[in-house]
Amino acid sequence: MAIYALYGVGVLLALAPIAVVLAASPRASNVIYGACLVVALVLCMVGVISLLGRTSSSVTLPLGLPWLGAHFRIDALAAFFMIVVNLGGAAASLFAIGYGQHEQVPERVLPFYPAYLAGMTLVALSDDAFSFLVSWEFMSLSSWALVVAHHRERENLRAGYIYLMMASFGTLALLLGFGLLAGANGNYAFDAIRASHPSAALAGLVLILALIGAGSKAGIVPLHAWLPLAHPAAPSHVSALMSGVMTKVAVYGFIRIGFDLLGTPEWWWSILVLAAGGITAVMGVLYALMQHDLKRLLAYHTVENIGIIYIGLGLGLAFKAHGMAVAAALALTAGLLHVFNHSIFKSLLFFGAGAVLNSTGERDMEHLGGLIHRMPRTAFVFLVGCVAISALPPLNGFVSEWLTFQAILLSPQLPSWGLKFLVPAVGALLALSAALAAACFVKAFGVSFLGRPRTPAAATAHETDGNSLAAMFFLAALCLVAGVLPGIFIDALAPVTNALVGMSMPHQTGLDWLTIVPIAESRSSYNGLLVFIFVTVSGSIAALAIHRLASDKLRRGPAWDCGYPDPSPVTQYTASSFAQPIRRVYGTTVFRAREIGEMPASGATAPARLTVELHDLIWDYGYAPIAAFVGGAADRLNVLQFLTIRRYLTLVFAALVLLLLVVAIWQ
Amino acid sequence: MRDFLFQGLQMLLVLLLSPLLTGLVRKVKARLLRRQGPPLLQPYRDLLRLIRKDVVLAENASWLFRAIPYIVFAGTWVAASLVPTFASGLLFSWSADLIALVALLGSARFFLALAGLDVGTSFGGIGSSREVMIASLAEPAMLMIVFTLALVAGSTQLSAIAAHMVSGEVGLRVSLGLALLGLIMVAIAENGRIPIDNPATHLELTMVHEAMVLEYSGRHLALIDLSSELKLLLYISVIGCLFMPWGIAPPQGGAPEIAIGVGSYVAKLALGGFLLAVFETSIAKMRVFRVPAFLGAALMLGLLGTLLLFVSGSL
Repeated sequence: MAIYALYGVGVLLALAPIAVVLAASPRASNVIYGACLVVALVLCMVGVISLLGRTSSSVTLPLGLPWLGAHFRIDALAAFFMIVVNLGGAAASLFAIGYGQHEQVPERVLPFYPAYLAGMTLVALSDDAFSFLVSWEFMSLSSWALVVAHHRERENLRAGYIYLMMASFGTLALLLGFGLLAGANGNYAFDAIRASHPSAALAGLVLILALIGAGSKAGIVPLHAWLPLAHPAAPSHVSALMSGVMTKVAVYGFIRIGFDLLGTPEWWWSILVLAAGGITAVMGVLYALMQHDLKRLLAYHTVENIGIIYIGLGLGLAFKAHGMAVAAALALTAGLLHVFNHSIFKSLLFFGAGAVLNSTGERDMEHLGGLIHRMPRTAFVFLVGCVAISALPPLNGFVSEWLTFQAILLSPQLPSWGLKFLVPAVGALLALSAALAAACFVKAFGVSFLGRPRTPAAATAHETDGNSLAAMFFLAALCLVAGVLPGIFIDALAPVTNALVGMSMPHQTGLDWLTIVPIAESRSSYNGLLVFIFVTVSGSIAALAIHRLASDKLRRGPAWDCGYPDPSPVTQYTASSFAQPIRRVYGTTVFRAREIGEMPASGATAPARLTVELHDLIWDYGYAPIAAFVGGAADRLNVLQFLTIRRYLTLVFAALVLLLLVVAIWQ
Repeated sequence: MRDFLFQGLQMLLVLLLSPLLTGLVRKVKARLLRRQGPPLLQPYRDLLRLIRKDVVLAENASWLFRAIPYIVFAGTWVAASLVPTFASGLLFSWSADLIALVALLGSARFFLALAGLDVGTSFGGIGSSREVMIASLAEPAMLMIVFTLALVAGSTQLSAIAAHMVSGEVGLRVSLGLALLGLIMVAIAENGRIPIDNPATHLELTMVHEAMVLEYSGRHLALIDLSSELKLLLYISVIGCLFMPWGIAPPQGGAPEIAIGVGSYVAKLALGGFLLAVFETSIAKMRVFRVPAFLGAALMLGLLGTLLLFVSGSL
């Protein structure tokens, strides 16, 4: 199967130069996105066949390092991530067939889009460190090109710059990690790395480097700073891919190293991963709640979900380290299922934001409102995405969070004391982030789609095109299917957990009523299908009974509003005022939030103003000092740029002597 | 067949009893204030009158606004039907465990908060934004309490926890005491009772729930009211089922056991309603921004209970 996957990648790579040639033609976007859609579907099928057929196959190409070649392999883990990448890719391509028509600079988007898809697939396929890193960089750079596609906006340039810095930093960490793993002999093939058993200290160091390297791409706090800048800057279908899919490729990198290449984990690794996951989950959603840019809110919310995924992975590591394979399988399944679920609903939500952007020209929620009347279909699917991402039954987000909670409830059996104290706290953080997520999406949907239009642009919005709607409805249907029939998806993950922790969750699909039972029926069970049916049936019965037996009359009148309705739409709650109670409760410590009210003296005609001050402490105390230091150091070193040839020669000579001395002492 | 019957009976029982419970609370509160108070059956009359009236809908209300009362009602009703009340052998009680039950109520609240924003009035907005702030603390607190109970009983299934509690293996535990206290605090907050919110006011700046549903009328309002009555019944049932599981009929119980089950359930509801009324009468409403401290305490109680159980299985 691996060779077919590579053919697919080859087609995508070939599409890039074709796109350069075609870009000027008006049909280019249809052709390129249509071709991407077909290839992504084929690649997705390859992934499904490999995962369900439980086959693994490999290919070695004579590329890359001469003594190594480029190894590619599809095993269960790679197949699963191929599905995630290409399902997202296919949906994004379908969406873009409509959305791409409105692109102002297609020549800056079209060539990089297939290349970006190819890069992400290649990361999942790579079976040696060299191809992995090259694919990883290829993915980073092609997405960077897409981020700066609209480079005339200052904000996008800044986002692109920060993204480039953070991506290089992440790759550096991964490069060091793989270097340590390969050892002095430099055998970079994953098989050779697996066979070599690194010492505990070395393995720990590699895990930390993987956590930093993959974490910076996934958006682990405090390495998330680039993400909310870069993801919204790209065109919306690319934002969906970056947020929904590329962060998952980063998670793949971490799983590949942490669960596969490093062998048996140490228990303290899980402490790092769990702490990072818990903090990331809560910080991500708190940041998201403070935003009023719809796409930036979604990007910050990705950070939260990455935290939830890492909590699952951290629990998996903890259980694996203590030899509790059943629990490890449950925790890992929860994490992986959330990877799949999040890729679906986050793509859906970014598509929705893209449709809104396209029809109103606005990303700022304070300028939207009332879109449910003008864009009813987009509003419906966006609502489905909001319910799913808020982890509410009966949709899919709830299932993976429920499984994570079940894994947490198994952890009192863990013998190490550090984990005994940490896991309940992480559980509380997870519960907190779930509740805050619901608040965040009440705000996102309520302010943008409900209420009255706040600007003429929102009042004259129009429904988006058929292809975009098809992509969104497809993903929304998937949210429901994965929510009511999670057993199918859990069973499909069995080969992955079998390969990584040596055990899988009990077979689910054969159970009565299609219930899911993670451990034993007496412990816990959940049946999304029945819950969905119950709610639908009892709601319908209530509606029918009341309409038939009591009254079905309806009159329209002006809003009541306690007798004081105001026709001006500015009297509505805004995104910022909606978040005000939460800002006061959490924000005063986390963001040093301050509200400054300016009330003019009586008789003055100046308007009263309320300003809200928020500080990003991670930026202020983490990034800003480092940036200042690097900038200062660069300024100092700038002197070296204007020396005479004499001085340069002296410098070179001194450097040579110094290096020779180092070598002499080393020997 | 018998299981189907029980499940159906339970669905009807919670639906029929919930307005009575609200009537009881109102009556006791009024009597404590030396007022005559409305008759016990007044909530039924209110509901019947409301569903027969026309709906007056705001001009810019969307389809979602009209669907939400049914969604909220269905979610709450299903949740209330899955709590073992008079018999533990409910046919479908395993389809949603305690975590799913909390999340189901979360779904209902999510939609209700959206309803507050739909018409685009300032009162709706204030209600919604406060509701989600309160929920952002109440829900994690509830989940930590669920964790505590689940760790004690080794299960998140309500019927299994109830069976474990009644078996007498549990004994007195610190963690359970913390969980009970936390659960009562959460129940007060979730149902919008004094001191968090005042269910009796309509024009007070501190109101939360009533502000959210201000634009509803007629049958929509009836369903919303019935949902909040169901929710109150649900929380008292959960407390009863978990901390006072006596009298619940076992899965294979005969007619006398079921009679005892129903009788003890009604007694538990009456006791819960009475205590709630006494508590509400004896305390003053707190400012909105004091609520986080109140719910933060509930969250800490839940976390402490869980932590104790992680550290020692017997605390």
